[in-house]
Amino acid sequence: MKMITAKNLSKVFGGFKAVDAISFEVEPGEIFGFLGANGAGKTTAMRMLCGLSRPSSGEATVAGFDVYRQQEQIKRAIGYMSQKFSLYDDLTITENIRFYAGIYGKPGRFIKEKTSALLRELHLETEADKRVGSLPLGWKQKLAFSVAIFHEPQLVFLDEPTGGVDPITRREFWNLIYAAAEKGITVFVTTHYMDEAEYCNRVSIMVDGRIEALDTPAGLKQHYSAASMNDVFLQLARKATRSAD
Amino acid sequence: MKQFKAFVRKEFYHILRDRRTLIILLGMPVVQILIFGFALSNEVGNARFVVLDPAQDPATTQIITQLDASRYFDYAGSCRTYREIEERFRREGIKLAVVFPPSFNQELQHLHTAQIQLVTDASDPNTATTLSNYASAVINDYQARTNAVAPLPYTILPVTRMLYNPQLKAAYNFVPGVMAMVLMLVCTMMTAITIVKEKETGTMEVMLVSPVQPLKIVLAKAVPYLLLSLVNVVTILLLSVYALEVPVRGSIPLLLLESGLFIVASLSIGLLISTATGSQQTAMFLSLLGMFLPTVLLSGFMFPIENMPWLLQQVSHIVPAKWFYQVVQSIMIKGKGLDGIWKETGILLGMTVVFLLLSIKNFKIRLA
Repeated sequence: MKMITAKNLSKVFGGFKAVDAISFEVEPGEIFGFLGANGAGKTTAMRMLCGLSRPSSGEATVAGFDVYRQQEQIKRAIGYMSQKFSLYDDLTITENIRFYAGIYGKPGRFIKEKTSALLRELHLETEADKRVGSLPLGWKQKLAFSVAIFHEPQLVFLDEPTGGVDPITRREFWNLIYAAAEKGITVFVTTHYMDEAEYCNRVSIMVDGRIEALDTPAGLKQHYSAASMNDVFLQLARKATRSAD
Repeated sequence: MKQFKAFVRKEFYHILRDRRTLIILLGMPVVQILIFGFALSNEVGNARFVVLDPAQDPATTQIITQLDASRYFDYAGSCRTYREIEERFRREGIKLAVVFPPSFNQELQHLHTAQIQLVTDASDPNTATTLSNYASAVINDYQARTNAVAPLPYTILPVTRMLYNPQLKAAYNFVPGVMAMVLMLVCTMMTAITIVKEKETGTMEVMLVSPVQPLKIVLAKAVPYLLLSLVNVVTILLLSVYALEVPVRGSIPLLLLESGLFIVASLSIGLLISTATGSQQTAMFLSLLGMFLPTVLLSGFMFPIENMPWLLQQVSHIVPAKWFYQVVQSIMIKGKGLDGIWKETGILLGMTVVFLLLSIKNFKIRLA
């Protein structure tokens, strides 16, 4: 089973084709990079896959479920972390974990055991009862990611998860992503950082609502005879006629 | 159910952690009742009055003594001319002058009628009206008592009986008003703000991606504010009964039920506002301008609706607080039961259902 399949998936707002008939597949256990300039349609595409937005046309399945008819099943199968912050500043670390695990209906014992394991893993045992608002941004993001996969989803969507943090923290964040992938969680990630694109198993690059390229980072570099993913991206993004929003 | 519990617990954390807001929410009714009850009251006590009394006969002296004895007025001496009265108004802040004709007693005895002129400072029209009402009441009272013992009645004046509020206590009016105001503020504004806040910080998105039904998210938001509002209602009732001595003549359970209805109406308006806005400032602005101002201005507790232009009177019909105000007034002051307020209750119920349906529908549209 493919983790995600999309066939001619489109989203039209009025006369504007935000997402224009994209087709791609994501394998289970893969780290799939979803790249594109601002306004290229990444977020809209991702929102359709998460069930936050109804596609205008085309087909798509997520974790084997249809995005039109089986949104409830999809919601149970996925995790989600957005570029905007998704933890509550006025709640402690433990309370945040408990709340998010609670809305996925996880039993109390599961939450308790997993929380202490997670805090140990993140070296946050001493901070467990501190409010999230007092943590540095990098820690918050790592915590937000851990919370997004706390309920053990098959697939996690990350929307520009590393915005605004330093390279070292980003590297640490990617270690968490690798660890999640090793546990079998498929990762679907949008990013602006081309060094991060190199960490992905495969990447797609969106330009003006369409997927212009999709391959492994090595494959893409070879095809566009570029030295880095940055060069690949620039070559493709230059073709864009749509301006960033 | 487990999801719902997790949600409600989280909402309580939010409210309890934000100490400052919590203090404001719980303290607001207390402060408002105290301000309206003691500071802002247009009830007058110990207003100083002067007298122009060329006659100085037994009748005028008795009237003056009686005015002085009432707790609303204090005798501040006599004047000899109108000019002097005016001067004392200006210099000493005298509130009322009582002018007797030169032959007051004779007129009463022979013509069986006499006039007394009451001069008030109408630069503050509300106080002026209240004062002249009080003074007339004292004079009428005097007359009634004299007539009872006199062999021939002097004159018969129409006696105004002030129903329900014989002492013209202002507190009777504003307690229901403050209740409407506080509930509107807490329920509408706070619900709108907390929901919009989740949109702003992005936590709403995470919840919408989760398997929780949107209705549960919204209900969980409402629960703590519902409880908080009931606490406020009880506070207001206790304060008004024990501090302001405004009685609750009707049924208390009925009063609480009607308050519950108004709370649900306010909560659904808050929800409706939150579905229509994207920022906390806009939500606050909309709740203040759209709900709070009409509550204060058009519910009838500050300004009588009968005196408004036709158009505003029509507008006041769609202000939920107006109906709630009338309901509370009827139950508390007039002691009416459900049979006396079924119309107002029905209108409130209808409004609640409409707002609730609209907001839930709107909430779903936003998800598409």
